[in-house]
Amino acid sequence: MWAYAARRVIIGLLLLLTLSFVTFVLFFAAPVDQAKYACGKICNEDQIAVTEKALGYDKPVHEQWGGFIKGIAVGRDFPVDPELRAAAPDIVTHCAAPCFGYSHNNAKTVNELVAAAAPTSMSLAMVAVVMWLAGGVTLGILAAVTKGTILDRGIVGLTLIAYAFPTFFIGVFFLKYVVIKWEVLPYPKYVTIEDAGVMAWFTNLLLPGFTLALVFLASYVRMTRAFVLESMGEDYIRTATAKGLAARKVLFKHGLRAALTPLVTMTGLDFATLLGGAIITESVFAYPGLGLLTVQSSNAWDLPTIIGVVVLAGGFVVVANIVVDIAYAFIDPRVRLG
Amino acid sequence: MTAPSSELDSHLAVDRGPDTLLTEVVSKSPMRLAVARFRKDKLSMVSLVVVVLFFLLAISAPILVAADLIDPLKNDTDLLDEYGLPLGSFGGISGDHWLGVEPGGGRDALARLWYGTTFSLSIAIAATIIAMFIGVVAGIVSGAAGGWVDAIIGRAIDLTLAFPQTLMLLALSAVGLAFVEEILGVPRGNPAAAVYVVGVLGLFGWTAVARIVRGQVLSLREREFVQASQMIGASRFRIYFREILPNLWAPILVTFTLMMPAFVSAEAALSFLGVGISAPTPTLGNILTDALRYADSAFLYFFFPALLIAIIVVSFNLLGDGLRDALDPKGHR
Repeated sequence: MWAYAARRVIIGLLLLLTLSFVTFVLFFAAPVDQAKYACGKICNEDQIAVTEKALGYDKPVHEQWGGFIKGIAVGRDFPVDPELRAAAPDIVTHCAAPCFGYSHNNAKTVNELVAAAAPTSMSLAMVAVVMWLAGGVTLGILAAVTKGTILDRGIVGLTLIAYAFPTFFIGVFFLKYVVIKWEVLPYPKYVTIEDAGVMAWFTNLLLPGFTLALVFLASYVRMTRAFVLESMGEDYIRTATAKGLAARKVLFKHGLRAALTPLVTMTGLDFATLLGGAIITESVFAYPGLGLLTVQSSNAWDLPTIIGVVVLAGGFVVVANIVVDIAYAFIDPRVRLG
Repeated sequence: MTAPSSELDSHLAVDRGPDTLLTEVVSKSPMRLAVARFRKDKLSMVSLVVVVLFFLLAISAPILVAADLIDPLKNDTDLLDEYGLPLGSFGGISGDHWLGVEPGGGRDALARLWYGTTFSLSIAIAATIIAMFIGVVAGIVSGAAGGWVDAIIGRAIDLTLAFPQTLMLLALSAVGLAFVEEILGVPRGNPAAAVYVVGVLGLFGWTAVARIVRGQVLSLREREFVQASQMIGASRFRIYFREILPNLWAPILVTFTLMMPAFVSAEAALSFLGVGISAPTPTLGNILTDALRYADSAFLYFFFPALLIAIIVVSFNLLGDGLRDALDPKGHR
């Protein structure tokens, strides 16, 4: 068990190292002058050269990657070039470990940018996950027990249709019609719990959360339905029914338990993916999370931020994979980790 | 005949004497059984018709444009009012413009949607082919070779899945476009954008196929025909792609049908983020993105492209489900 966990963690770390290296190579392999993008359109040659030195773009890719890894492990100082640091000690920014880099465009460390954006993405992901899980499991069970009826087909069909419309169409439709034209809900805008309280935080997240939840709802309905139907066909269910257990107890105590295990796995992975930012939903609703940060840094060619967010989001996925695999052994007694 | 399956029941009902009965039953190939199962499922048949219809639409659009019967590019500001919105009710629907006209440019909405379907489906098909190709080769090699090859491909899948995909497609676009233009020599603008979108969707989309194919190959490689060809000294390449590959057409077909709609949606999402083919060349994604500006003033123009995408996604998904149920009668999901 512990040996397995240790092995998974080591493989996960290697995976993240590779991920960051591949990201560096991808961004530096192309015939694009990185420093020119970072500096902006009005920069002259000298300013570009200074930017290049300050960000370390004049060094080969593997050295830049080494600097990034060093920053994560022990922290680092910006600008990267020691001469520049010595020339102007007052503008040196120290970025403590784990340091994800320094955004020249925002004059902040990537850690600060991420720390400002992450709560929004996390709030959105939390509200969405509760919505799609509650809705998906309830509707899925309902569809399974009414298998073959109009209700079953209606649930599966309608959630598929909701999934089929593009997310940004649904989001804009909600904003332009439900909010502005029909005035059913107030215009959603991100507020923190400290500023406005739990209630305002939640009501503002309703629409974006629901928009995001619709992406996942259909597949969770189908999975729940399939898993419940599968487990209800097992022998121990027949035994439970034969010994005279009430139908409801058979379903919820015996059938559902086995069906929920794979759902927990899927939920963990999907949630981890969303922690890295829901790009479309955050863009539509102008929610300042990691997704919007990515869009902005991508448009501004803010490479350090892009790389920082990619590695962070990749880290969420890798960690979730490990956690889910180990948790699986606890939830499902049949699983033995070797 | 102790436990006849439902397909055999229908034959048993027809009384033709014991001899003919037996030959009838034996002569039914798995393929014909699958076709019979598929035809019995009404929803699958309807979705098949819709899918075929979409392919016909996609193929006919360039022909109609060449024959000058529809024109997705011609501006006509006479059809618009002073705010750039279509004159007349329901977004300017008339005998000449069945689905109204585009706000801002006055182009025919039907022609743009029709031609846009061609581009959207072409992009989706091209991306699916790339993803399937990589996925099938990786899956077969991984499953059949086993050992360290399997481990490396497995890690490559983990690595690809760890990348935040939408983020990468967006963030890589400047680098990717520069690569496509300067190293592959594709003309700047829409051709390069199309190559980029197809390329990255394919390069990030192969993992699911690889996993499915690998699973199938793991059981296939223990079968007698593989051992037989190993024994007569067939090359690895021959065993992988001449012996094993033909047995995989069913999962490949199902995955293809389920992957295509995902790429139609992905094209739309990328258009929304500003990556991909841009106007005047229409795709369903860039028409919808353009229509967002008129979401409150021209509802139908806003709704039609989204509806087309939704119909494509639903019909392809239902077709894929139907094919899977028909081809794999033991499968529960």
